[in-house]
Amino acid sequence: MRGRQWLLMAFAGLFGFSAVALCVVYAVGFRGPGHGVAAVAPIGGPFTLTDDTGATVTEKTLAGKPYTMYFGYTFCPDVCPTTLFDLSRWIQKLGPDADKLNYVFVTVDPERDTVKSMHAYLSSFDKHIRGYTGTPAQIAQIAKEYRVYYKKIPTDDGSYTMDHSAIIYLMGPDDNFVTVIPYQEDDASAIAKLKSLAALTPTS
Amino acid sequence: MRAFCKLAFAALLIGFAAPALAQGTGNASITVEQPYARATPNGAKTGAVYMTIDNKSATADRLTGASSDVADKVQVHEMKVDNGIMQMREITDGLPVPANGSVALKPGSYHVMLIGLKKPLTAGETFPLKLTFAKAGTISVTVPVQAMGSNNMGAGNMGGMGNMGGMSNGSSGGSMGKMEMK
Repeated sequence: MRGRQWLLMAFAGLFGFSAVALCVVYAVGFRGPGHGVAAVAPIGGPFTLTDDTGATVTEKTLAGKPYTMYFGYTFCPDVCPTTLFDLSRWIQKLGPDADKLNYVFVTVDPERDTVKSMHAYLSSFDKHIRGYTGTPAQIAQIAKEYRVYYKKIPTDDGSYTMDHSAIIYLMGPDDNFVTVIPYQEDDASAIAKLKSLAALTPTS
Repeated sequence: MRAFCKLAFAALLIGFAAPALAQGTGNASITVEQPYARATPNGAKTGAVYMTIDNKSATADRLTGASSDVADKVQVHEMKVDNGIMQMREITDGLPVPANGSVALKPGSYHVMLIGLKKPLTAGETFPLKLTFAKAGTISVTVPVQAMGSNNMGAGNMGGMGNMGGMSNGSSGGSMGKMEMK
């Protein structure tokens, strides 16, 4: 009896989990590979920015390879350096798969994060990670495309900090949203997600 | 043998960390334990200092401010990630330190924020920090700079050694966490 109850509960749990997972996938507009169906409020879209070497970059720069995209700012004392540091460690654990992905750090603080400061900042992390900055309007555009929240919070001393989404987006080779790595994801799970993402690389 | 090595390693770490464990100066009621900062990325203008503040007196106190030679400004901040969104605010009315209790400043929570760093914080270096409390006055501490991503597990936190893999903040764990999880 106990065994049967347990089994029933397990099934119920599994069903509940699957249902929720389906809803989440639906809500974020998942587009499976090969499906030409318009997504429900898709994540990602066209942008024009400047990378940390000064080159102009667009969504086409990233086409053909899956990529990770993280939004933050260099005046961020805790979450951003921690996330970039974690990502750097994960990239190193990917081995040869590391080169199958692009890794992008987009600033939400374009007024302070210049091309030069982004480049200097990223020199402390894995060399795969590229930094994107732009005009405030360009940053507003990409944040909208990726549905990233950011807000300038003035401080008493006349300066400001930024509230911002602290998740890493994992995007497929066709600019399709795959999943996210949330803040403080454990290493094993994050690396597994990145490996799955690398496996989406088209073999040509 | 593995267990022995682990124990030996832990003992070694405690030996190293012992001097940094408690740094109260002159004031018996408030002590600052295990202060540390993380090394900052190249060109970064901000840094964060973490510590545990212990209050052995029967009256509550508040950390109202801080200063250091390494930065233009030093503020006490609260940081949280709520619904995937990072929010950070200055605590302008002081961080409460409960009577006969403690408050932990740690990654993803409270920190002392260094604003306008005069040079990057480099692992292995130390710097002075003055903390001002409403009742206990000013306490000076020496802050060691640890590797980026460190969560100070080296500083005598033996309880954490054995179950590192299960820690909720494992992802932000530094080199220590990695060694233990292999």
